[in-house]
Amino acid sequence: MEQAKTKNNAYYRLLTRKMILTIIMVSLTPMILVSSIILYQYHTSYHEKVQAHLNELVLKHKQNIDNFLKEKLADIRFLAETFCFDELKEASFLQDRLEMLQQSFGPVFVDLGVVTSQGLQVAYAGPFRLGKALYFEADWFKKAMQTRYFISDVFLGLRGLPHFIVAVKDNWMGEPFILRATIDFVAFNDFVKNVRIGETGFAYILNRDGNFQTKPFFDIAPKKRPYREFLKIEEDDPQKVHIVEKADDSGKKIIYVAAFLKNGDWLLVYQQNHRDAYLDLNRTIIVAITIIVFGAIGIVFAALFLSKRMVNRIAMADHEKEMMNKQIVETGKLASVGKLAAGIAHEINNPVAIMVEEAGWIKDLLEEEEFHKSENLEEFERALKQIKTQGQRCKEITHKLLSFARKTDSRIQETQINDLVKELVALSEQRAKYSKITIHTNLENNLPITYLAQSEMQQILLNLINNSVDAMEITGGELTITTYSEGDGIGIEVSDNGRGIPEANLSRIFEPFFTTKPVGKGTGLGLSICYGIIQKIGGQIEVESVIDSGTTFHIRLPVKGPPER
Amino acid sequence: MFEDKNKPIKILLVDDERGFVDVISKRMSKRNIEVTRAYSGTEALQALRKEDFDVTVLDLKMEDMDGIEILKIFKKIAPDLPVIMLTGHGSEEAARDGVRFGAFDYLTKPCDFEELMVKIKEAYQQRI
Repeated sequence: MEQAKTKNNAYYRLLTRKMILTIIMVSLTPMILVSSIILYQYHTSYHEKVQAHLNELVLKHKQNIDNFLKEKLADIRFLAETFCFDELKEASFLQDRLEMLQQSFGPVFVDLGVVTSQGLQVAYAGPFRLGKALYFEADWFKKAMQTRYFISDVFLGLRGLPHFIVAVKDNWMGEPFILRATIDFVAFNDFVKNVRIGETGFAYILNRDGNFQTKPFFDIAPKKRPYREFLKIEEDDPQKVHIVEKADDSGKKIIYVAAFLKNGDWLLVYQQNHRDAYLDLNRTIIVAITIIVFGAIGIVFAALFLSKRMVNRIAMADHEKEMMNKQIVETGKLASVGKLAAGIAHEINNPVAIMVEEAGWIKDLLEEEEFHKSENLEEFERALKQIKTQGQRCKEITHKLLSFARKTDSRIQETQINDLVKELVALSEQRAKYSKITIHTNLENNLPITYLAQSEMQQILLNLINNSVDAMEITGGELTITTYSEGDGIGIEVSDNGRGIPEANLSRIFEPFFTTKPVGKGTGLGLSICYGIIQKIGGQIEVESVIDSGTTFHIRLPVKGPPER
Repeated sequence: MFEDKNKPIKILLVDDERGFVDVISKRMSKRNIEVTRAYSGTEALQALRKEDFDVTVLDLKMEDMDGIEILKIFKKIAPDLPVIMLTGHGSEEAARDGVRFGAFDYLTKPCDFEELMVKIKEAYQQRI
């Protein structure tokens, strides 16, 4: 029995698991698929958008800076080509030109100088005292002498301040000279200093050696940076923008966007932390993932809850079916026992009748004169009377059995519960007597008549009586059966003063297969069947028990009219 | 009340339980009743065709014929003959049917002999 139960439990557990898995799979799979596709698409297009934006940004600034440099060069060229060496080497003339330039372009031009092919500065206009300075060993001078136009990298030079030089080489009377101008570093620096996006986005310019040409917003070490890679690139397309994403030493992913300036001499780099650049995207992804996770949790809980509930329903239905089957079997058993008993009762009646009549015959004969003198006459008469009494007793027993058997059919018929109780008490009295149990009945006289299957009611009452008798078998006791009208229904109470039912068992008492009797003594079905029958009729059964004081079963039955045909 | 001591009451006792029929007839004979024994329905019908009886005691449940059928035939042959039926406990319904078909009364088996005697006398007096 227990084995079957555990086997059933395993079956229901498996069923629950299968249902949970199915629900979760069916609901989660499309959700995750659709979300992944949408997120992936969004991710890709957002990346493209951000990269396009950065591309645009860097390209625009590169063009601005290139234009700026070209312009400055053009200004100096104009000076060199318009005026001759003689004019330019006059310091006051040069000072006028510088002031003019500063008036037109602001303080971009710091100073002007005219340098001979020997590297001697013959004229100077500007805030520093650099007149007659010798440049023949300066890097920029050497390079400037080789080409017509030259823009230097940023360097400290003689003045000890970062600056760069725009130089134009021209000839005066077959002798080359250089007109040079210094560009204000601060003014130039502003071009890239103002490129700031988000919290971590900033720009700077490097030369081919990897030295900063502007002051970066954040302190970074260019040597380790991946733009070393960019610096190796031979510029072919001046419009090209390079985009690279790389992790730095601390593992942070950084986007680098770079473009070459100044005919490939300089590199404009914009860098921003990946996280910063894609902040909106990341936020959206986090929100989406949160929703998916909560949705998934919700689905899992719903699946658990629904499956449990459905399996419970199924288990209950199975259980009811099983109970019904058992009940049918038990009722059938009772009916066949009833039939058998009826047959036996009938068969016994005849021999008993003959025995009683034969005794009567002997009594008739004893009345004759010849026996009157017999000294044992009184004993004979006593014995004959006893035979008659015992015969009468047999008759009563068979009558009880027959009335019981007559009601084993399960047709719904007019029933007086009191009569049923009386019959069952009569049937159980003998057994009760052996266990020193007295059965009292306390029956209400005006109990309404109801329609029910008498065999079922018999089964219920017999079960309760038998249980009580079992409970008091050793100790003896009193069993009281009470009937009473209760509102529209009938109440029956079967009450004993036996050992009672422990609290722990009380709640399980109507469960099928629950028994406290030793193996083989009870099926544990009796009360569950009672419960099933009473439920079916539309009544209620309750139990109330106090340890060592007794148990009472209350049954409430509805009064029903004849069944409709 | 007329009762001829010399003229015994003639009874036809029908039951397929031989032992029962035998002991009852002996006890009745001792009480000045002339009993004709019939151990089956067929025997009973034969006996009834041969002679007249004052009262019939008929068991309702016999092997060869149904008691109610026998009763119907009896009522055709001798409409005035009172019939007391013996029935098993639980088949009173059949016995009540019997009363509807003209039986005098019924007793449930195993019946008390004295009770049976009272019923027989009642039936006999009613006939007269």
